[in-house]
Amino acid sequence: MSDPVGHFARQPGEWLRGVGPLNEIVISTRIRLARNLREFVFLTRADEQTRQEIANTLDAAARKTRVLAQCVFVDVEALDELDRRVLAERHLISRQHAEGAGARRAVLDPAQVCSLMINEEDHLRIQVIRSGLQLDAAWEQINAIDDALDERVEYAFHPQYGYLTACPTNVGTGIRVSVMLHLPALRLTNEVEKVGQAAKELKLAIRGLYGEGTDALGDFFQISNQITLGRSEQEIIDDFKKEIIPKIVKYEQAARDALVEHRASALDDKVYRAMGQLQNARLISSNEALQCLSHVRMGLHTGRIKSVDISTLNELFIQTQPAHLQKLYGERLTGEQRSVARANLIRTRLSRN
Amino acid sequence: MAGICERCKKAQATYHLTDISADGDRNERHLCERCAVEEGLVQVHKPSLSAEILQHFVSTAKSLASSHNELICPDCGMTYLEFRNQGLLGCAKDYDAFREALHPLIEREHDGADHHVGKSPRAAASTHAADQEVRRLKKQLEEAVAAEDYERAASLRDRLRELERADE
Repeated sequence: MSDPVGHFARQPGEWLRGVGPLNEIVISTRIRLARNLREFVFLTRADEQTRQEIANTLDAAARKTRVLAQCVFVDVEALDELDRRVLAERHLISRQHAEGAGARRAVLDPAQVCSLMINEEDHLRIQVIRSGLQLDAAWEQINAIDDALDERVEYAFHPQYGYLTACPTNVGTGIRVSVMLHLPALRLTNEVEKVGQAAKELKLAIRGLYGEGTDALGDFFQISNQITLGRSEQEIIDDFKKEIIPKIVKYEQAARDALVEHRASALDDKVYRAMGQLQNARLISSNEALQCLSHVRMGLHTGRIKSVDISTLNELFIQTQPAHLQKLYGERLTGEQRSVARANLIRTRLSRN
Repeated sequence: MAGICERCKKAQATYHLTDISADGDRNERHLCERCAVEEGLVQVHKPSLSAEILQHFVSTAKSLASSHNELICPDCGMTYLEFRNQGLLGCAKDYDAFREALHPLIEREHDGADHHVGKSPRAAASTHAADQEVRRLKKQLEEAVAAEDYERAASLRDRLRELERADE
């Protein structure tokens, strides 16, 4: 592939297809595992040569791993800044990985389900992201990749503390499970606090769309585990599967039902204003676009609007992001040029429906 | 260290700054975060989640940890103070080198847990599995004793003895 990132930018990616179980509320399920190699110091102590050696060791191991045979190997360090941001907007690599320094790589599967980040905070971060609520499938897949790599490299492991990580907050299983939820009705009715309470009881964290330190843009929330020691991967996953996610889905569904039943005009007003903005704006920021798309998505799933299909909406969610937009237009754009380009893109896509 | 902010006289002072003028006069200031930011003495930035958590557990364990600052890892040369400042360890050996300081922090961070439960690498798998089984049985034994189910306790104790013998 001569331009792997361009290829990724144009494809919707599995997690954005909006097809998985409970997809009306659960956008995606993501699991990542943090691993380090026994024979090397952590990255805080690694000089450039050591970073290269770590990258080469993991790169070679991944290339021999059958479950990763279809993957594209990307030298993140050599990648253009825009391309790095495209990958981060897709959640294929983290922002930290995109913006970092020194030798670092990524291994990306063309379906955009699994990826490896080499030399992020730890030597290796394995990630699987799937659409809807697919905890078991995601775990099965990531566990298989982890096992396959374990046959070729030796992980840093401690009899008491488990998998050793650069930050002690990840030690043990090194697992982070993140479920991304779309909660427009709870946000509209000021009930997001309920979600916060439910998460707190299970010691889970709530974050915005792009993880750590980001706001809940466009009514998207990520719930993730904090505790990685003393509980097995399965126990952690079960908290999501059996406890928190069903509860939140129920809250959001109830809020949507209540809006339809008791406040249909208010709901329609939100949905159709958002649609009007999207269809008529001549300048639109990515945050405004995200918020409007969120309301239209809610309108679609509550049956208030039918003139748009979910795949168009899902595509717009990602393609209106700043780096994607520029990749799509094939040139660097200033802030205002982006707002114009974004408004044009949205109008064109929505009129085609 | 604990004190009230000298500027607003309300919040807890969390910033302790020492200014040294050109002629060597020291001027100490004790401010809360808000006042420190308002005076432009510190920059506001959104800390990453790990940094946020770490800061929390580092500050609560401050008095405990200060005596550990000198700890140094013989392998990578990192000191505990360096770890405290950047929140990331230097190598796998730090977990043992800093153990006395790090262990309480890890426990606090992970809701009291002090042992890994879950999968393990191929190389460590068999010993780790036996280890987990022993811990699991011990926990069940405690529960059985607490519930005064002595029959079950006795059988658990026998099973534990067997495992320990096999280990020798």
